[in-house]
Amino acid sequence: MLTAIEENITWFLACKSDDVPTNGGVCVKYKDDQIALFYFARRGEWYATQNECPHRQQMALSRGMIGTQSEEPKVACPFHKKTFSLQTGECLSGEECGIKTYPVKVQDGNIFIGVYQP
Amino acid sequence: MKIIVVGNGMVSYKFCEKLIAKANETQFEITVFGEEIRPAYDRVHLSEYFSGKSADDLLMAPATWYEDNNIILHTGDPIQQIDRSNKTVHSFKGITQSYDVLILATGSSAFVPPIPGVEKDGVFIYRTIEDLEMMTAYAKKAKTGAVIGGGLLGLEAAKAMIDLGITDTHVIEFAPRLMPRQIDEAGSNILKAKLQTLGLKIHTSKNTAEILGNGCITGMQFSDDTKIEVDMLVISAGIKPRDELAKLSGLEIGTRGGIVVNNKLQTTDPSIYAIGECALFEGIVYGLVAPGYEMADVVASNLTNGHKVFSAYDMSTKLKLIGVDVASFGDPFVAGENCRSVVFEDTMKGIYKRINISSDGKQLLGGILIGDAEQYNMLLQTAKNKVVLPPNPEDVILGSRGGETDGGAGVLSLPDEAIVCSCESVTKGMICGAVTEGGCETIDAIKKCNKAGTGCGGCVPMVKDLMLHTMKAQGKYVRNVLCEHFNYSRQELYDLVKIHELKTYDEVLDKLGSGDGCELCKPPVSSILASLWGEMILKKGNDTAQDSNDRFLANIQKGGTYSVVPRIPGGEITPDKLIVIGQVAKQYNLYTKITGGQRIDMFGAHLNDLPDIWEQLIAAGFESGHAYGKSLRTVKSCVGSTWCRFGLHDSVSYAIRIEERYRGLRSPHKLKGGVSGCIRECAEAQSKDFGIIATEKGWNLFVCGNGGSKPQHALLLSTDLDDETCIKYIDRFLMFYIRTADPLTRTATWLNKMEGGIDYLRNVVVNDSLGICEQLETEMQLLVDSYCCEWKEAIENPAIRKRFSHFVNEPETKDPTVVFEEMREQKKVKDWK
Repeated sequence: MLTAIEENITWFLACKSDDVPTNGGVCVKYKDDQIALFYFARRGEWYATQNECPHRQQMALSRGMIGTQSEEPKVACPFHKKTFSLQTGECLSGEECGIKTYPVKVQDGNIFIGVYQP
Repeated sequence: MKIIVVGNGMVSYKFCEKLIAKANETQFEITVFGEEIRPAYDRVHLSEYFSGKSADDLLMAPATWYEDNNIILHTGDPIQQIDRSNKTVHSFKGITQSYDVLILATGSSAFVPPIPGVEKDGVFIYRTIEDLEMMTAYAKKAKTGAVIGGGLLGLEAAKAMIDLGITDTHVIEFAPRLMPRQIDEAGSNILKAKLQTLGLKIHTSKNTAEILGNGCITGMQFSDDTKIEVDMLVISAGIKPRDELAKLSGLEIGTRGGIVVNNKLQTTDPSIYAIGECALFEGIVYGLVAPGYEMADVVASNLTNGHKVFSAYDMSTKLKLIGVDVASFGDPFVAGENCRSVVFEDTMKGIYKRINISSDGKQLLGGILIGDAEQYNMLLQTAKNKVVLPPNPEDVILGSRGGETDGGAGVLSLPDEAIVCSCESVTKGMICGAVTEGGCETIDAIKKCNKAGTGCGGCVPMVKDLMLHTMKAQGKYVRNVLCEHFNYSRQELYDLVKIHELKTYDEVLDKLGSGDGCELCKPPVSSILASLWGEMILKKGNDTAQDSNDRFLANIQKGGTYSVVPRIPGGEITPDKLIVIGQVAKQYNLYTKITGGQRIDMFGAHLNDLPDIWEQLIAAGFESGHAYGKSLRTVKSCVGSTWCRFGLHDSVSYAIRIEERYRGLRSPHKLKGGVSGCIRECAEAQSKDFGIIATEKGWNLFVCGNGGSKPQHALLLSTDLDDETCIKYIDRFLMFYIRTADPLTRTATWLNKMEGGIDYLRNVVVNDSLGICEQLETEMQLLVDSYCCEWKEAIENPAIRKRFSHFVNEPETKDPTVVFEEMREQKKVKDWK
C-alpha cells in the first residue's frame, strides 16, 4: 500500500479510478474502517465519506444513489433514503446525525483518500 | 325548541347537518326516528355495495356523529302515530315524545306494479342494503335475470345484476324508449345499442302480464304472448312516496300520493314539514337527491330565522349507467317555433348529443348527452345562468373547429353566483373564494371547506378546473413534477423520452432536465427507460441511475445483506428445483421463508455471494424473480381444474403463461397478479393489480386491487373472456398504467385518481375510446420479446459481476460488520437500534 504524509493527513491508495462506477460509489477498506468513495462524473468530482449510515448504523452509503439538492452534492442511503451532503457530511433529511468526510486525490488514474492522523 | 325528524335517510341526515350548522348549540333538541336498522346511508351509490364498498362505507355519517352533535337517534324504530292536537308522536317500540316542530322525511318505497306472481321467491326490489343482501344471496344460484323498469333506477338495478355476476340480464320497459323522462327516442336508441354491447337484452314497449314459476320465479309472460326464462327479477319501475303516516294523521295527500307542501315545505299543519321524496310540491314528487337537499336547506334556514322558499327544481341529471354517460338538462324535449335543435349522432362510437336553442340562437334551453357527457356541467350552467351562446352554438357540443380553443374559458365565463355544485348549493364564487381566501389547493381541501362535490360528485371536474384556474391566476399553479431536476410529471416525461428516443439517464437529464439528478428522479427515469426500450437495466451508464436494489438485483435487508428470490411462476415447482433451493440455502447459510406470493425467499446473502448463488440457481433452470424491482412480482394461482374438484379451468397453466409474459416488465410500482380456477377465489385474485377468475364461459378480469396498508378490492373490467382476449386486455391495461401513472403509484391509487374511474378505464382498454389500443399492444409485445433474465446477463458479464463485492480494494473480503444470531434453527440478523 502506497502511503504519503502531508500535514497530518495520511493519503492511502484506495483503488484505480476505473474501479469506481460513473456517478456511483464503492466501499474502500482502510485498516478496520469502511470508507465510501464516490465518483460524481457529471460534476467531475470525487468524494469520500464514512460508509456507515448513522441513522441505523448500517454499512451501506457506498451503495446509495448520489445526486444534488440545490447544487449541494449528496448521497441517499439505500435503507431509508436519508440524504447526506458529500461536501460537509451534514444530514439533509432533518436528522441530527452527520457523517465523516475525507479528502480525495486523483493521480495518474489512482485514487487516494486522505485520513487524518492526529 | 323540540324538533322530531321522522325518517333517517339521506335528506333527513342532510337536514340535521344543515340545522346544526346554522343553529347555536342549545337552540334545538333534535330527535330522529328511523325505520331501518342503520343510520342514514348513501342510497345514490348503493350499487357500489357490489363493487366492494361495505355498508359502513356507505353511511352518511357514523352513529357517533349523531351523539357528537347531541342528536338522539332511534334506529329500527319507526313512528307509528302522530297526535297533532297534543303535538306528540308514538314509536313502534313504545316511545312517546312531544315536538314543537315535526319533520317528515319518510322518503319513498319502490313502486311494485300489480302483476300476478310478484310475491314469488326470486323477485326483488332495489331500495335498501337489506334488499341488496337478499339479492346477493339469491344471485348465487341464478344464471339469468331481468329488471322491470328501463328508467334511471331500473338501469342501476341492471348494473347491480351484472356486478352480481348475472351478465345474462333482460331489461323490460313498458314505455317505447329507455329513460322516458330524461331522453328522447334517438338518444334511447344509442343508449340501447351501447347497453346491448355489454350483454344486456333490452325490451321496450313490453308489458309484463305474469310472473311464472311454482313458488320461485322461472320466467316472465308478456302481454304480447312472448315469454322469457329468468331465475331472478328485480322490480325497479319507480317510486311511491311514503305518505301513509301523514295520511293517518289527516294531512293533505295528493291524489296520486305525496304529502302536499307549500313553498316553505309546510304541510297542511303549519308545525309539520315534509321534505324529500315523500313531499308533493306543485304536483311533483322529486325523486332525486339534490332537490331533497335543497328542501332540507329551506326548512333548516327558516327554522333559524332565515327566509328561503323552495321553487320548482331543475331536474337536470348526469349519471354513468353501466359505463355509459347519460345526461339531460334544462328542457330536453322542447320543440316548436320558439326553438331550434342541434343534434349530433355517432352510431359507431355510441354518442348522441342534442341541444335546444332559443330561436334567436342566443340561449341554451336544454339538451341530452349520451355516450359523452363531458360538457354537461358547462352546458347546464350555460342554460341556468342564461349565458349568451357563441355565434355558432353547435361549438358547445362539437368543440370549436379551427382556431385556438381555451378549455377553461367556459368555466371562467360563468358569473360568480352560478351554482356549480347543485347538491350542496355551492356557487362558483364560493369555490374560487376557498382557493383565494381559504388557501385550498386540492379538491379534498375544497370539499372540507364548503362541501362542493361531496354529493353526487358530478361537478368535481368543474370544481377542479375552477381551482386550477384560480391558482393559476394567483401565480401558484403547481404541477406534479418529479423533483427539482425535472419540471415534468412522469407521464409527460414518458412521452418526451419516447419522442426524443433517449436511451440513458444522462441523456434524459441533459435533454429534458437540469442539474445533476437525485434519488427522486433517477428511479422513475430508469423505470421509464426500461418500460420504453426493454434494455438490460445495468447497461453501462444506467446502472448507477437505478434504485439501489435494482443496481444489485436483490433486496437489501437489515444488516446490509441481501435476499434472493428466484421466479417460481404460478407457484408451481418441481421436487428437483426445491432440492436445489435447499442446497443453495444450506451452502450459503441462508434463512428461508415462503413468501405471500407463492415463492421462496432466501435471506442473509452477502453481496459477494450473490453472483455465485445465482449461477447455481440459473444452472438448475431458475431465473430472476424481480423481487427487487418495481416490476411484476408473482401471478398467484390456485391449483385449478387439473386437481381441484371445483375448478372450471386450468388456473395454474394460465398463471404461468401470464407470469412468463410480463416477467421483468418495469412499471411505476410493483405489480401482482392472480388467477383463480373458480369463484371460490383461492388465489385471492381480487386483491391484485390484475386478477383473473374462471367462469363457466371463460375468465372474468378484475383490475386495480391492492393489499398493503390500504386494501382495496379489484374492480371488474370485463367478463367471460377467452384466453387471448384476456391477455390482450391485460397488455393494454398494464401499458396504459405504465404510460400514465405517477411514480410509486400502485394501480389502485392510480385508478382512484382517474377521472371517470373504472368506467373510463374500461372505455380505454375494452372499447378503445382513445384509439391507442393497437399501440399499447405493440409496445407491450416489444417488451415481452426483449425479455432476458437480468441475473443471467449479470453473471455472464465480467464488468457487471465485478460490482458484486463489498470492498473495492479487497474483493474477496465480505463485510465483517454483519452479525447473525440463531432463531428456531435458522439464522437471523442482529437487530438494529
